[in-house]
Amino acid sequence: MNDALDVALRLLVVFAVFLVFPLLIGQTEHKVMAHMQGRVGPMYAGGFHGWAQLVADGVKFAQKEDVVPAGADRRIFQLAPAVALLPYLLVLVAIPIGPGEGAVGQVIDAGIFFVLAVMGVGVLGSLMAGWASANKFSLLGGLRTAAQLLAYELPMLLAAASVAMAAGTVSLVGILDAFEWWWLPWQIVGALVFFVAGLAELQRPPFDMPVADSEIIFGAYTEYTGLRFALFLLAEYAGIVILCGLTAVLFLGGWHGPFGADGLGWVWTLLKTAVLAFIVIWLRVSYPRMREDQLQKLAWTTLVPLALAQIALTGVVKVVIQS
Amino acid sequence: MTASPRPTPSAQQPRSRIPGSGLAKGLAVTLRTMTRKSHTAHYPDAQPALPPRTRGVIGLFEENCTVCMLCARECPDWCIYIDSHKETVPPAAPGGRERSRNVLDRFAIDFALCMYCGICIEVCPFDALFWSPEFEYAETDIRELTHERDKLREWMWTVPAPPALDPRAEEPKEVAAARKAAEKLAAAQEQAGRPPAEGEDA
Repeated sequence: MNDALDVALRLLVVFAVFLVFPLLIGQTEHKVMAHMQGRVGPMYAGGFHGWAQLVADGVKFAQKEDVVPAGADRRIFQLAPAVALLPYLLVLVAIPIGPGEGAVGQVIDAGIFFVLAVMGVGVLGSLMAGWASANKFSLLGGLRTAAQLLAYELPMLLAAASVAMAAGTVSLVGILDAFEWWWLPWQIVGALVFFVAGLAELQRPPFDMPVADSEIIFGAYTEYTGLRFALFLLAEYAGIVILCGLTAVLFLGGWHGPFGADGLGWVWTLLKTAVLAFIVIWLRVSYPRMREDQLQKLAWTTLVPLALAQIALTGVVKVVIQS
Repeated sequence: MTASPRPTPSAQQPRSRIPGSGLAKGLAVTLRTMTRKSHTAHYPDAQPALPPRTRGVIGLFEENCTVCMLCARECPDWCIYIDSHKETVPPAAPGGRERSRNVLDRFAIDFALCMYCGICIEVCPFDALFWSPEFEYAETDIRELTHERDKLREWMWTVPAPPALDPRAEEPKEVAAARKAAEKLAAAQEQAGRPPAEGEDA
């Protein structure tokens, strides 16, 4: 009975985080982006500096008509937003935010495998949407998503593999237990590759070619309206939470910190995640969209070699340490 | 081509040797902007500082209108509606002739059509139309944008005073005419040998 309660409580907390954090990041994006452009952003919703803007947006989306195009593959079309969103919820279960088993939804031994595999499923949502919409823009967006997925999944996996090699385990909790501060400079290249490839997989600017609104309207999401469209947007922000949390856990030491790691480890994790999320927003504001060929070039000629070099470095250092 | 004293483009902007310094510069720009005060005008909460001669809306000074219809005829999109009738005025002096006079019944401007060219104000020979800086008259129905004479008259009181004349400028014609009339009257009364008394008409 107690076990059931424990599981229910953990799932409830994970679900609450899943609902709240993406909105927090979305609101931060509204405000940060506005101030970076010399504006003030939403000011009215909720009374104080527009804090409830995304709640208002959600209400608006819920009121809108849910249109399915006549030529669309109806069931796939309607299923796609769920496929895009739910994997991130599953990943969130496996990310530890503090030391010990109490601070993670579910300890999974093959943590990195699980997390990266399930994150890859999220992109399938875009592919399904792009194909099922029966719209040329959606199809183009879906194909670009596929190309991007192929190009960036590899460096991301290689960078994650480097950390797994360093820790000697694929469990996220195990990696954090093995973490030492000097891993930071040791794995810095891998961290950059992982973060950049993750951004590209989330289709965040400057890697938002699949939804390039000035050329293909909104890519795979062109035909979506109302709540289903909102779910795609929510998936993007949930993806940011996951990517930043994972980068913090894999490369920045998660709950490790200069001080207070015993009791306040989860604060360190959240802080690192928040800083990374800010960087995601910052990059969006600062850089223009990359062209499709530039995207491919960056992945194959820069990120993959860098990730391979990182793995080689990790291997060499590991052997030197152990001998 | 003549030799230019300016350096060649490549010398003008020395390419940085450090790869990625341009990316860093871009990040620095956005971060710096974030720390500065935003430029947003908080309009409904704070009124904008408009120049005094802003062309916000057209005000009507009815007393000056003679229903000559020039404004309505010059209006490029025909947004001015004028109705009037003639009234007969009894002769000013006994034995005189009756005069007829135009009386304004309706003066309306459809601001849904108006394109704010200001031609009506330019052509008005009697200074009955004026630009007002008032601008907050949005309506939820396009038909309510046709504003009648009472509303146009209200806007008249928001028209700023004309700018002051240049120092030592020529006296305005109407002021000069009024002054001359007053002087003539005073001179006539002095010649009649009695000081102008109060409440008495000349």
